This record gives sequence, structure tokens and C-alpha cells, in this order.
Amino acid sequence: MSILFDGLSLGAIYALIALGYTMVYGIAKMLNFAHGDIIMVGAYSVFVTLASGGHIALACILSIVLCVIMGVVVEKVAYKPLRGSSPLAVLITAIGVSYLLQSISQLIFGADPKNVTIASLGAVTLFGAKISVSSIVTLVIGAVIMAALTVFVKKTRTGRAMVAVSEDKGAAMLMGINVNKIISVTFAIGSALAAAASLFYLMQIPSVEPTLGSMPGIKAFTAAVIGGIGSIPGAMIGGVLLGVIEKVCLSVPVLAPYTTAVEFGLLIVILLVRPIGLLGKKRREKV
Amino acid sequence: MSDIVLRTEDLGISFGGLKAVQSVNLEIKKKQLYGLVGPNGAGKTTVFNLLTGVYQPTTGTFYLNGEELKGKTQEQINRKGIARTFQNIRLFNNMSVIRNVLVGLHNQPEFKCNPFVSLFRLPKHYDTENRMREKAKEILRIVGLEEERNNLACNLPYGKQRKLEIARALATNPTLLLLDEPAAGMNPHETEDLMHIVRKIRDDFDMTILLIEHDMKFVSGLCDEVTVLNFGTVLAQGDTNTALNDPEVIKAYIGE
Amino acid sequence: MIKSILKSDDFKLKNCINYIVVAVALVAACTLHGMGELKTSYMNLLVQIGYSIILAVSLNLVVGFLGELSLGHAGFMCVGAYLGTFISMQLSEVIESKIICLLISMLCGGVIAAVFGFLVGLPALRLKGDYLAIVTLAFGEIIRTIFKNLPWFGKAMGLSTGAVKFTKKDTPLFIIVFITVLVVLFLVQNLVRSKHGRAITAIRDNEIAAKAMGINVTFYKLFVFVIAAFFAGVAGVFYGHYTTPVMYTFFSYNYSIEILVMVVLGGMGSINGSIIAATLIPIINFKLQEKLPGDLAALKFLIYALILIGIVIFNNAPKLAPIKEKISIKAIIAKLTAKNRKPEDILNDPAHWDKIPTKISMDEVLSTDIQPGNEYVPDKPEKGGK
Repeated sequence: MSILFDGLSLGAIYALIALGYTMVYGIAKMLNFAHGDIIMVGAYSVFVTLASGGHIALACILSIVLCVIMGVVVEKVAYKPLRGSSPLAVLITAIGVSYLLQSISQLIFGADPKNVTIASLGAVTLFGAKISVSSIVTLVIGAVIMAALTVFVKKTRTGRAMVAVSEDKGAAMLMGINVNKIISVTFAIGSALAAAASLFYLMQIPSVEPTLGSMPGIKAFTAAVIGGIGSIPGAMIGGVLLGVIEKVCLSVPVLAPYTTAVEFGLLIVILLVRPIGLLGKKRREKV
Repeated sequence: MSDIVLRTEDLGISFGGLKAVQSVNLEIKKKQLYGLVGPNGAGKTTVFNLLTGVYQPTTGTFYLNGEELKGKTQEQINRKGIARTFQNIRLFNNMSVIRNVLVGLHNQPEFKCNPFVSLFRLPKHYDTENRMREKAKEILRIVGLEEERNNLACNLPYGKQRKLEIARALATNPTLLLLDEPAAGMNPHETEDLMHIVRKIRDDFDMTILLIEHDMKFVSGLCDEVTVLNFGTVLAQGDTNTALNDPEVIKAYIGE
Repeated sequence: MIKSILKSDDFKLKNCINYIVVAVALVAACTLHGMGELKTSYMNLLVQIGYSIILAVSLNLVVGFLGELSLGHAGFMCVGAYLGTFISMQLSEVIESKIICLLISMLCGGVIAAVFGFLVGLPALRLKGDYLAIVTLAFGEIIRTIFKNLPWFGKAMGLSTGAVKFTKKDTPLFIIVFITVLVVLFLVQNLVRSKHGRAITAIRDNEIAAKAMGINVTFYKLFVFVIAAFFAGVAGVFYGHYTTPVMYTFFSYNYSIEILVMVVLGGMGSINGSIIAATLIPIINFKLQEKLPGDLAALKFLIYALILIGIVIFNNAPKLAPIKEKISIKAIIAKLTAKNRKPEDILNDPAHWDKIPTKISMDEVLSTDIQPGNEYVPDKPEKGGK
């Protein structure tokens, strides 16, 4: 039971990151390799704020603001010039940006992990299992954010414009939608979600290092692909599925060392059997 | 019957509910120049895509020299003897003109040469390469691009790119050549030139050619027979002048 | 016959200059070694350069010539390093000579890596671009995780290869490595400059057209993956013979990206470029490691990052194209040789045709032609209602 809960809350983190991937992929048709490193930026900003005596709420706000700025700046500087050129070029640039963020933070903060204690929330006993409060908080807030995002995409002007851009950029432009603005907004939202993910991540693993973002980033992308890239519910399901599988694998002694292999193996199997992912459809809800 | 190269039976495809092409029956005889005309969106390129295996037909089938080719992949169909050009030019842009044609020659039995022969540079490799080059030059001469052979394909003027597409398709040694708007974007002088080339290819190679074209002068000047498509269905079929002067056809093009 | 062979492109100076340069470098290094002037650290650097060249050239086959991004090259190297070296260690109990052990294990390591390449190549047939990149990355990580946990390879301690490691007493490893580099160059260039290489570049340039020309896309994609994996496996065997222990941590996707940096820096599709870049990067690493302690080593990654971003944006950004044209060597030569050109010349010069309005833009708007990846495959007809 507690494994399941841990899995769900880890899954919620993956889902938040996966949402960023899936939105950016849907709209800009690119794999934003640096998305995972935005999480790292968010975590470091929490670390700096707390270390200089700031309040936890301030740290949250600052980290979200910084991540949003970061995401938009990266898009403008590195990806926008390449719009319309080959996907290979964009992907390589994204890898470059990921490296850039990692190395800069290593130059500033050093390679050793830094301790960040957000808050010790303790644990409660629920259905006879010990469950940490941070897991519950993660799950609840994560669910709220995802619901809000779904409403945003379906009900607001900007959200609908995003759907339009992901369906057909050219047609959206002809309809008077400012495609550049929409892409920036997407990157901003994706980065804000990454910042939220970084906070939850720190709740569970209270330390930060320059490579913090890369593995969760790749796993979240895996989750997005498993769920069907471009689909918001797909990203959520994929994320939660992956989180649960990871925790379950870790709890089985024989499988534990191979957890990464199992997760990536799942990705490969799904891509081979159903390349569009679990929820991807011919006419899927793309964002 | 034996001189019929391409026969389609009730060929059709639908995308979801949309019937893009339905019940197209063609019979194209050897050495015939056959036209496929119709307004934009009539399904002409879709027919080409069906005949080359890009799409799989949802109804009907088609035969090349009596052999059913439905269900085969693009590569297999090409090797069976149907080659095509593309409406939006699809050259290998970063390769030279002659290399484009050499790619077309890739599967010819006389230039067979397995990868390991090339990897270890056995004498057969050199022999094959030399013969391929000679053959490629010969084909380029026919379309008048021999002088341009070392230029990059993307640097050619538009009209010459169209000709290179034909040369490349020709290099695969087809029995049936499909030309998708070969004269699009050409000036009248180039169009005239192209008509000579198409006839020459037909005569020199005993080629059967099916072509899509909007330029009616080009079609009526070249083709013996045409099929007119509109909204995916056959509107008229037969002798070029009769079919093109059919009142239904004129209505489809010009309106009431 | 022999005359026509000698006349072919293979024997033109510009096409075999790289063999000459590598051979000269090898001879020079041997001479230095013979005089006892070569420090061990420099000999190690030479080995690193050698296997980096093999890795970069083979990855260039996939990225530069086939046009697919592989982020799992370090994974193939890992297979070669672990399994090849393992075989070599078993052999060393029977065979005295380290060189013979190395040669046999090179072949074995290469072949096993090639088998893995085949397995990774299979999804490559169904996937493209970003998806394929992520699958190759996943494969690399899976391979690494497995070697980390299998009982025979020292688990978290890494595979201890002391028994077969080349030491001062042996023939220097760099000689064998560089001879292999020559062989690899020979094979890769021969492949690229043959009808098969043309087919591969045709797939990169326009897959749909390549299919329409009857090119067996399936075969060539697999072929390239297998060949590239084979060479990466060989490079891995060298790695296993020059360092101990072989650690799984080395083969993370960071190392795949380092190889990619070499390919991008040298120029995708340029073998000579890969050779130069694969020489420079180990030297930069070596110098940085010498000079910079601890965290400043991140400077290395900063440099990689800037190389990747800078070069790719410069080469690909549509808006920078005019600037690029202006400062390219060709343009400079053209400027030096150009006299006052008449408008007719411009009209007839293919290089300027894109500035002359044609019908092409309209055609693109009206086109109903298919795009790669959009090929329509109908649902299979349902088997009858009975």
C-alpha cells in the first residue's frame, strides 16, 4: 500500500514533467531535451532562497518565476532561430542547451549534492500503511494542477489557440493566431510545471545537484511517449504508470537493480507495438 | 490482350469516410502516351500514389503486364517496373545531378554488386561503378542534362529539376513511367522541349507513359487517350479530343 | 582494368589524404616512442584519440549519412568493452600473446556489438527522428544497467581488466589502434563512396523518393546500424585494453553525446571533419584535466554545449543563411573572381535561380502530395460477419 502511494506521488512528479514535454512537443514539434534541466534550475533557486534565509513560500514563487523566464529565454535564443529547419538540428541544439544548463550550474554550485530541506511533514497511517504526508501533498496538488491545465486548454482562448497551433501551424497563423506568442506561452507553462515538479521532487529527495534533472527528465519523456505524445491525459497516465512501476520494481529485490532497464524496456515495447502511445489516436487531443 | 501494360480494376481508396478515388478502370497499351487530367483535388496524384504503393487501395486492384501488384511495397513495385516523378519535386537535393541518376540505377541487375565487394574494393566494384556512370551519362543526354551532371540538384533551375526527375525515374528501367505534372512551372519553350523528350523516351525505350498534366496543349499534343477525373470518379475516358470536348468535362473545368 | 582502377576517385589525392595523415602521425609517434621520448600519458592520449576517431567516424555513418540520430553509441561501445575484453581475459589464460588476444577479442566484441546494433536497428525501421533518438538512448541505458548488475562483470566495481591491459613492457597499444583506424577509414570511405553509400545518402535526403527508386530502405538502415555498432564495439575493446577497471559509469549517455559533439563539430557527413574533431576533443579533455581541478572540469561540458548550439544554429538557421553564404569559402572565391555581372548571367546562372520567381510556391500551396510519415495505411478489412 505504501509502495503504491509512493509510486503514485513519484508518478505525479513524472506526470508534471511529462506534461511539459508533451505540450512543447505538440506545439513546437520538438523534443525539448533541456526540459529536465529546467527542474534542476528550479531546485537550485529553492536552495539559494532558503540558504539566504528566505521563506519557503518566497522560494516557491521565485523558483516558478525563474523557471518560466528560463524556459522562454531558451526558446527564444536557441530554438526560435531553428524553426523550420531539420528536426535533427533542433534536437541536437536541445541537447546542447541541456548540457549548457548543467555545466553552468556545476560551475556555480559545484558538483556535490547540496542539502535542501523544505519541510518535514512526517507521516500518517492510512489504511494500515505508513504514508508520508509529502506524498499526499504531491498527489493532491499534482492532481489539481493537471485538472486546471485541462480546463485551461479546453476553455480559454489561449488554450484553444494552443490546440489550433498544434493541429496546423500554418492554418492557425492564417486565422490570426500569433504562433510565436503561443509557443512562448507553451514554454512558459511547461517550465512552470517543471518548477512545481522540482518542489515536489525536493520534498521527496531533499538534495540538489547539477544532474538532478537529466534522469527524471528522460523518464518523464518516456512517460509522455508511453501515454501518447501530445495528449494531456496520456502524459498523466504515462507518468503515474511509470512512477508506480518504478516503485514496485524497486521493492522487489530481484528486479530492483534493473529498474531503469525495465522502464526503458517498457518504452521500447510500447513504441514497437503501438508507436502512437497508449492514448494517442488518429484524431487525438493534441496540445 | 497481351499488349496491355497497365490494367486497373475498380481501383479506389477512401480516407475515413471520404472517397478520394473510386472505381477507376484504366487500360493502357504498350507504347501508349496516356493522360490523366482533371481539376485540382480530383484525385489524380492519389491514383499515382495507389499505383506506386504509397497508399494501399481499399477497393479494386491493378495489374502490370498481367501481374497483380496490389499490396506490394513502394520498393517492390518500383522493381516490378513502375517508376514515377513527383508533383513537388523530390530530388536528392544535396547530391549531384549524376548521383541522382545513379541512385535510380541502383537496382538494375547488370549493376549488381554486394556491399562487401564495395567495402573491400574488389575489381568488380570499379567495373560496376564505371559502367553505371556511362549509363547515367547516357540517360542524362536524353533529357539534355549531361552538361549539368556535376552540379548539385538543388542548384538546377526548376525546369531542369523536372527533367532530372524524369531521368532518375527512367534510370530504374521501368515498363511504365508515371509523370506527375512534368510541365508544371515551365515556360512554353521548355514545355515544347519536354514534349520532344517524352516522345523520344517513348520511342527509344518502347516506354508506356501515364502522365498527369494541367496544360491542355501539352496533353492534347502528346496523349492518344485520356481519362478525366473529377471528385475521385471517372468523368470521361477515351480518345483525347473527344474526351476533352465532352460537355461534362467542360462543365467540370469551367462551371455552368 | 588496373589503369581504370588507378584513374578512379579513390586514388585522387583529396580522397586519400586522410590515410596519409593518419599514417604519418602513426609513424611519427612510433619514432618518438622508439627514441623513448613519448610519455605514458601521451601514449594513453594517442589511444584515446584512436578510439575516438573510430567512434566518431562510425557515428557519422548513422547521423551524417543516414540522417538518424543515435544517442546509444556509448552503449555499443559498452558491449564491446565488457564482452570483448571479457573474452580476451578468458583467452589470455590459454594464449600467451596479448596482441593475438586483442585481435580475436576485437572481432568478437565487434560482432557482438553488431548483433546489438541489429536489435536497435529493428525499431529504427518503424521510428524516426526524436522517437528513434530516445529509443537508442533507452537501449544504451538498458545495456549499461544490465552490465552493472550481471554477476560476471564485477558489478558496481567494474570489470577488472588488469590481466589484459597493455603495460609498458608490451607493444604500445596505440600502434594497433591506429592501424585499426586506417582499416576503419578504408572500409567506411569505401562504403560511402559506392553505390551503397549513394543509396544511404538518398534515404537521408528524401526517403520517399528513395523508396520510389526501389531502394531497399529497410536493408540499408539496418546495415548502417550494424556496421556502426560493429566499429563502436571494436572501439570498446580498445578501451577495455587500455584502462582498468571498465566501469559502466563511463558509458552513460553523456559519453554518447560527447561522440555526437565530435560528429557535429567535424561536420555531419564529413569523415575528415570527424577525424579532426575526434583528435581535438580528447586533447582538450586532456589539457583541461591537467589544468583544472574539480568542479572547473564542467568547463569541458560548457565548451561542448556551446559547440553543439553554436554550430547547429549557424549551419541550420534559415535567417543566418545569407550571412553564411557571405562568409563561406566559395563565396569569397566568387567575390574575388567575379567581375561586373550582367543581369542575363544571373538569369542563366543556376546559383541564382531561386531569386527568379517561378511557379514553385504556388505548386506547393496546391499540392496534394504526401509528406513523410503521413502515408496512409488503411485499417485491415474486418473478417466477414459470419
